[in-house]
Amino acid sequence: MSASEILRELDSLKDAKAKIEHKISALEAQLREINLRNDAAPTNGSSHPSSYPTNGLTQDMIHRYSRHLMLPSFGVEGQANLLKSSILVVGAGGLGASALLYFAAAGVGRLGIVDHDVVELNNMHRQVIHTEAYVGKPKVKSAGAACRSVNSSIEVVEHQEALRTSNALEILSKYDIIVDATDNAPTRYLISDCCVVLGKPLVSGAALGMEGQLTVYNYKGGPCYRCLFPLPPPRTACQSCAEGGVLGVVPGIIGCLQALEAIKIAAAVGEPLSGRMLLLDALSGRIRIVKIRGRSTHCEACGENATFTQQKFREFDYEKFTETPLRVPPLKLNLLPSESRISSKEYSEIVLKKEPHVLVDVRPAHHFKIVSLPKSLNIPLSTLEGRLPEISSALKKEEKDSGLVSGSGGGAQLYVVCRRGNDSQRAVQCLQKMGFTSAKDIVGGLESWAYNVDPKFPTY
Amino acid sequence: MPITPTTNGGLELLCDSKKIHNVNIEQQNGEGKLIMKDLLSWVRTNLIKERPEMFMKGDTVRPGVLVLVNDCDWELSGQLDTSLEEKDVVVFISTLHGG
Ligand SMILES: [Zn+2]
Repeated sequence: MSASEILRELDSLKDAKAKIEHKISALEAQLREINLRNDAAPTNGSSHPSSYPTNGLTQDMIHRYSRHLMLPSFGVEGQANLLKSSILVVGAGGLGASALLYFAAAGVGRLGIVDHDVVELNNMHRQVIHTEAYVGKPKVKSAGAACRSVNSSIEVVEHQEALRTSNALEILSKYDIIVDATDNAPTRYLISDCCVVLGKPLVSGAALGMEGQLTVYNYKGGPCYRCLFPLPPPRTACQSCAEGGVLGVVPGIIGCLQALEAIKIAAAVGEPLSGRMLLLDALSGRIRIVKIRGRSTHCEACGENATFTQQKFREFDYEKFTETPLRVPPLKLNLLPSESRISSKEYSEIVLKKEPHVLVDVRPAHHFKIVSLPKSLNIPLSTLEGRLPEISSALKKEEKDSGLVSGSGGGAQLYVVCRRGNDSQRAVQCLQKMGFTSAKDIVGGLESWAYNVDPKFPTY
Repeated sequence: MPITPTTNGGLELLCDSKKIHNVNIEQQNGEGKLIMKDLLSWVRTNLIKERPEMFMKGDTVRPGVLVLVNDCDWELSGQLDTSLEEKDVVVFISTLHGG
């Protein structure tokens, strides 16, 4: 069998498998319905009562949640509250993954998931709810299936869309508690404002690198996100996990803590983390819980004179406010004229023809260590201006090695590459200003090389 | 006055990746009093090694940075006017958005 035949066969088998699994869960649900009806019906000929006083919990529920029921501080009331509650998790990524699994396991009555993304292999080190079989498939489908496989007795609702001002009110209004497990600033403001308008508590978590943060907003007169952060941070201060990296277990921990806080609120037990914030520094093994300000009387969303209504929410431009797009598509700059750019295919021709040139890779040094093109020279963008002499001497050496006369216009060419083709354009702009007028960047960077030239080139 | 400013949430990248700074700061006015305003400009001059605009805006911290004095939001103690005591722990932390 050839590779393409195997791939086709795999696809059709996976398709059949999905259909069978769907059939199984439909039949299981049907069976549960029948059993529930039979449980409720009086048992003929038995001297035992048809129902025992159990605070509304069925026999199955008592068995499944027995370890919750035995907890004096949680008990039947806590579990019954949880079973009646509804929780919406926005984002089925690193934070949502662990939160969702615990919500399903604990028996949250109705569990909603919002996400527009598909599962990627480079998500799986942290988004532990997804399995390899779902790579390339929608995250809500994957997460929904995982939740149902943990607990088929709860209702799981999949919202396969990005949260926007046009759909947020409708989606959020159907749930008691909102969990912010998203990955960008505009969505965080959007969710907080929507929770204020609808009067819903918001369990907010964030993680990046080796650090995590957690708090509960808009809970019984406590502060909202805008009370704490009335002005958005500068765009450059908002790194995402895709840009900055993240240790997988860190969002996992914060997601678990989000589950804990939301379960406490839903079950009406304990003291939620409102007016306080938990700060996790995983690398140094430190957790701080700090006291934060209360509700601000001047807050634009929840303050005394705030006029933030549903109508205003629908019209608010969160992308403009934070200068950041809501859905985080890979940024695609277009700073250079086409004569200052070459495609990855054109660059591969240059390599094959052994045309004299120098390739400067402007990624940070720790990225360069992951993988790089042969003979490329690593000069991170942040250090470029101070290291121009290195480029000059590399060009001279290349010209000498290939027997060219330098400065005649026919000298060695200078190309610049980065991960995705944004920093390389910034670098070429800088180089051209500093006298390297013929510098060109490789459009789309190493990702384009992997996609268009050599599929075996590792991407990250 | 011995004091421990700490930079977290990515702000440490502006200080040679160092998070905890055990430093000794001379009192600014003759009265032996040090307030957050003094500490902020001291940190800006002595600890921040690059991109100061990622730390400050105007005479205070930039939007998105929380300041905690002994584990308490400085909004509750008078912001720039918060007076500092020996061995106070002051945390500057950038809010995270990732997940
Ligand atoms: Zn507010």
